[in-house]
Amino acid sequence: MTIESLDLPAVEDGIDRHGLGRRLILAGLLALGLAAVASVSVGPTGLSLFSLPRAISAALSGSDAAADVHARLVLLEVRLPRTILAAFVGASLAVAGAMMQGLFRNPLADPGLIGVSSGAALAAVATIALGGGFAGPWVRALGIWALPVSAFLGGFLTTMVLMLIARKHGTTAIATLLLAGIALAAIAGALTGLIAYVTDDRELRDLTLWSMGSLAGASWQKVMAIAPFALILFVTIPRFVRALNGMLLGEAEAFYLGIEVERAKFWIVVLTAAAVGAAVAVAGTIGFVGIVVPHLVRLTAGPDHRIVLPGSALLGAVLVVVADIAARMIVAPAELPIGIVMAVIGAPVFLHLVIRRGGGLAAP
Amino acid sequence: MSRTIPGFVTLAIVAAVLGATASIAAEVVDARGEVIKADNPSRILSIGGDTTEIVYALGFGSNVVAVDTSSQFPPEVLAKKKVGYMRALSTEGVLSTGATLILANAHAGPPEVIRALATSSVPLVMLPENASPESLIEKVKLVGRALGAEAKANDLAAQLNGQFGSLETVRSKIERPVRALLVLSVDGGRALAAGRGTTADLMLELAGATNAAADLNGYKPVSDEALIEMAPQAIVAVRRAPEEEIAADIAALPGFKALGAGRKVPIITMDAAYLLGFGPRAPRAAGELMAQLYPDLPNQVAR
Repeated sequence: MTIESLDLPAVEDGIDRHGLGRRLILAGLLALGLAAVASVSVGPTGLSLFSLPRAISAALSGSDAAADVHARLVLLEVRLPRTILAAFVGASLAVAGAMMQGLFRNPLADPGLIGVSSGAALAAVATIALGGGFAGPWVRALGIWALPVSAFLGGFLTTMVLMLIARKHGTTAIATLLLAGIALAAIAGALTGLIAYVTDDRELRDLTLWSMGSLAGASWQKVMAIAPFALILFVTIPRFVRALNGMLLGEAEAFYLGIEVERAKFWIVVLTAAAVGAAVAVAGTIGFVGIVVPHLVRLTAGPDHRIVLPGSALLGAVLVVVADIAARMIVAPAELPIGIVMAVIGAPVFLHLVIRRGGGLAAP
Repeated sequence: MSRTIPGFVTLAIVAAVLGATASIAAEVVDARGEVIKADNPSRILSIGGDTTEIVYALGFGSNVVAVDTSSQFPPEVLAKKKVGYMRALSTEGVLSTGATLILANAHAGPPEVIRALATSSVPLVMLPENASPESLIEKVKLVGRALGAEAKANDLAAQLNGQFGSLETVRSKIERPVRALLVLSVDGGRALAAGRGTTADLMLELAGATNAAADLNGYKPVSDEALIEMAPQAIVAVRRAPEEEIAADIAALPGFKALGAGRKVPIITMDAAYLLGFGPRAPRAAGELMAQLYPDLPNQVAR
């Protein structure tokens, strides 16, 4: 094997993975477009895409006729931001999951391993439960932003603490990162439980709902809140492809391939934490996407991160957009938490693929 | 006096008064302090069990197009469309009901959805929290104004005030208040008790009982040992469904068996929506609880 072929550890099974990957990416883009159009067109009010011109003209003219306000509110203020938010959240979680699995060389890795989810959950719980008392000034100052801002800071800061623990003399030991991550998650979990214990019934209900995720509170502000973190993660994908592919062989091997392993590790963790923190902040915790979407992509297109990362972004976005349509339609006018829908739709598909592939998870 | 006032002034005053009443009927200041233009109660979305009970008590039940999942009474509401749990509403779901008036319990949410709904053309009236009998009266009057049925609401408010008044009269005759523990459910061998700051605590107070779990804040699970320590003289078991056998579950707790030092501690079973809904049935529920806690007191409220 030459160095060049190591640079891209492709599976030599006679399938043209690269061409396949390109076709999959194109299919993913098409699917995302279709899902987005469907998401804007479908909702319990029965307004469809055909009302869009009316909504836009109402927004431009500032008309306050009831039907105009209705169309504008439903299409431009509810469905459109909701669709974009769903795509951002899904793509961020899936890319983060793919990067974590590559970084830890562990098929079970998800963003939760670096403490983002548990830190965000702790901060969210604290905000919900202590908003009336101890954290009152913070909650009042931030208004409806108190929960998302706290969740983001909680998730991001937990990961930074973890990095501080795991980094010694400029290197990050992956094993330390993993173990310290488990310990930090346990501490955050214990504190979350402690706060949950002192909350009342209603707050407990809020916590449960938050932990099942929802895009019902989507707004343009939330889209703006997640956009920078998600976009930075997406545009840096090409920079990490080579490092992650190299790390498939092992850190030392990657280093000898001339990959700046330490830098890559550091930035992967930081950018992932920021994007996942933002996703959790705007939509609560949505499980399943981060861990399963990358595997779905690997099962169809192989382990090359050139395909796995953008493929995960697209599939994650499509999956969350579609699951969100289901979440708002199945029990309309009520709404299901998207985490439940996600698992109900995704888990059987995943199981089917695993069984068809002979039970082997494509290890990253 | 009347002779000195020119006719057009009288007319103007009459017009002003009429105009004022008309605008009062159309504009409502809700619990958030927002001025809401509510002038069309033909299709009502009612969020919260208490809200729904008030709407029905004021005779607007047939105008209700949808309710939340906590609305369980009167039984007719069970057939209405459901917009889901009141803390997890969805903007579009709510709008899809075609409601012309939304009446919502103080705990309706999430806040982003409430905020988005406020920008819609559908009036949204938020009701105050359950803090005291006065908040129930306030809720009734606010709903009445939003429905344009102030006279009816005032009648209901007066009736409720009267019931609260007679409750108080009976309550003042209580010499030794009973230490009562309100149990919401029994899970894994532990009772979920109602502490301070809960509607249950308020109902115990109205029924003339001392809350044995006053040291707890909110609804908390209590161990057998804590149950013995609280030493309740009576237990109020709240059941969510008629077939639920919560009294038997409580009686089976080892902690319960150790209570009362040989004397049997009574378990009073009551319906959750009835006892804790804090709608128009609240004073009657409190009276009924009081009658069960103090069988020897003359009590007219429950009847």
